[in-house]
Amino acid sequence: MNLQDIKTVFWRDWTVLNRRLVKFVLSRMISPVLYLVAFGWGLGRGMQANGGNYLDFIIPGIMALNAMNISFSAVGSPLNMSRVYHNTLEEYLIAPISPASYVIGKILAGTLPGLMSCTVILGLAYLFGADFIVNAWFIVALTLTCVLFAAMGFVVAMLIDSHEDMANFSTYVLLPMSFLCATFFPLDRLPRVLRGIIELLPLTHATYALRCIGRGGEPPCLSMGVLLLYAVILTGIGIWTMERVRK
Amino acid sequence: MISIQGLVKKFGDRVVVDNLVLDIEKGETFGLLGPNGAGKTTTLRILTMLTKATSGLITINNQRLPEDELAIKALIGVVPQHINLDIDLTAEENLDLHGRLHHIPAAERGRRIDELLEFVELNDRRKDMVNTFSGGMKRRLMIARALLHRPQILFLDEPTVGLDPQVRRRLWDLIKNLNSEGLTVLITTHYIEEAENLCQRVAILERGRLIALDSPASLCQRLGSFVVEWVESGVTQYRYCTSRSEATAFLGSLTVNAVLRKSNLEDVFVEITGRKVVDR
Repeated sequence: MNLQDIKTVFWRDWTVLNRRLVKFVLSRMISPVLYLVAFGWGLGRGMQANGGNYLDFIIPGIMALNAMNISFSAVGSPLNMSRVYHNTLEEYLIAPISPASYVIGKILAGTLPGLMSCTVILGLAYLFGADFIVNAWFIVALTLTCVLFAAMGFVVAMLIDSHEDMANFSTYVLLPMSFLCATFFPLDRLPRVLRGIIELLPLTHATYALRCIGRGGEPPCLSMGVLLLYAVILTGIGIWTMERVRK
Repeated sequence: MISIQGLVKKFGDRVVVDNLVLDIEKGETFGLLGPNGAGKTTTLRILTMLTKATSGLITINNQRLPEDELAIKALIGVVPQHINLDIDLTAEENLDLHGRLHHIPAAERGRRIDELLEFVELNDRRKDMVNTFSGGMKRRLMIARALLHRPQILFLDEPTVGLDPQVRRRLWDLIKNLNSEGLTVLITTHYIEEAENLCQRVAILERGRLIALDSPASLCQRLGSFVVEWVESGVTQYRYCTSRSEATAFLGSLTVNAVLRKSNLEDVFVEITGRKVVDR
């Protein structure tokens, strides 16, 4: 693993993102604004959740699911296209760089747009009158969330051989997680078995961690640990998939 | 420079490269010739580390594959058959990315990019996105990219496929110039004219096996330097002769219209591969 190579991989993605920055930021504001309007102002006006304002309750959930969607798709779709359709992955395979450098460079490049779009949501949330705390632990939890879903995007892009199946993965895995992982409602309303399953999912812990820290609490060790574990395991699998890409 | 000993590649039970043995000398332009599915591209992909060999020993500049992978990667430049430029980047950025991946310092990288864009006559399009380029321009940019880190060996996989004749000849000149500067070139092609024009030696592959290896002139000589061609019952017949006088005498003995010409690699190719395929 080499820092310069990681920087090079990151540089390529940043060059592309930088060219579309305004379009990127504006397009990433649509979903969260709709969520904030529909669930925060509309349905949620006057509602209470976990003993507090519903808007304050859903902001960490919206940020977590946004971090998931943006970081996953920032790595997943382009990498899958690069490997399966454009063959541009070959440029990295024939270059004297290690698989680990490539994987980490891509994950960091996927983390950045996740953090950027969450910053936009944060600004919007304050405009909508939300009240929560952003401190260093909040940023750590958010960064871990972006890293783990960028790593998930990497793994999925390397294992799935068609763009259609990439879309299916989003439909069958990411979409259910978006709504079920404590993003819009507390899990204590769900049956115990279903809750147990949902608590195994990374987005649940991302939401728990952001919500807890955002309310001024201590960072929840279990959720932070789970996020870190997922990030490490998925990065490891990503490196393994990169090493076995040469058939 | 490149030594391939007993190279085998299998995909499941299917043998794609079958016990290939080749030695390619420093400074030569060497061609791998064969029909589709002969194993040319697979061989090239193994040499460029895009595919793993099932067995066999490969050394490039006395370094072994896959043990010395990183060192070998610095020695080789690769132009694949398909266009694999990054369509989200400009021509200059594509070269810049390649230079960064090969750890070329910034100042030298800038100089090399200028030189190579000039060399492939794309300097005026350097800031343009590559998806606005024609097929020939993309191919030239891919060659520039492959040369950026000053490789000692250039691998070209069907470099002129799908290009019009003018662009093809321009690329041939480019490849000849590179070879004359000392670059070793390994090229796969199924264009006979391309192999004759560019290669000092060719290896003809069929179903993963090496079936002929020599210079194009020697292969033609072995078959017969002259050929008489005529049509009999709707099928073209060929008679290969060692000398013009022998061919002329044979031509005189025919009662139908016939053509006398010099034999070429296509005759060698058809005689070796075509007949065998038909016989099966």
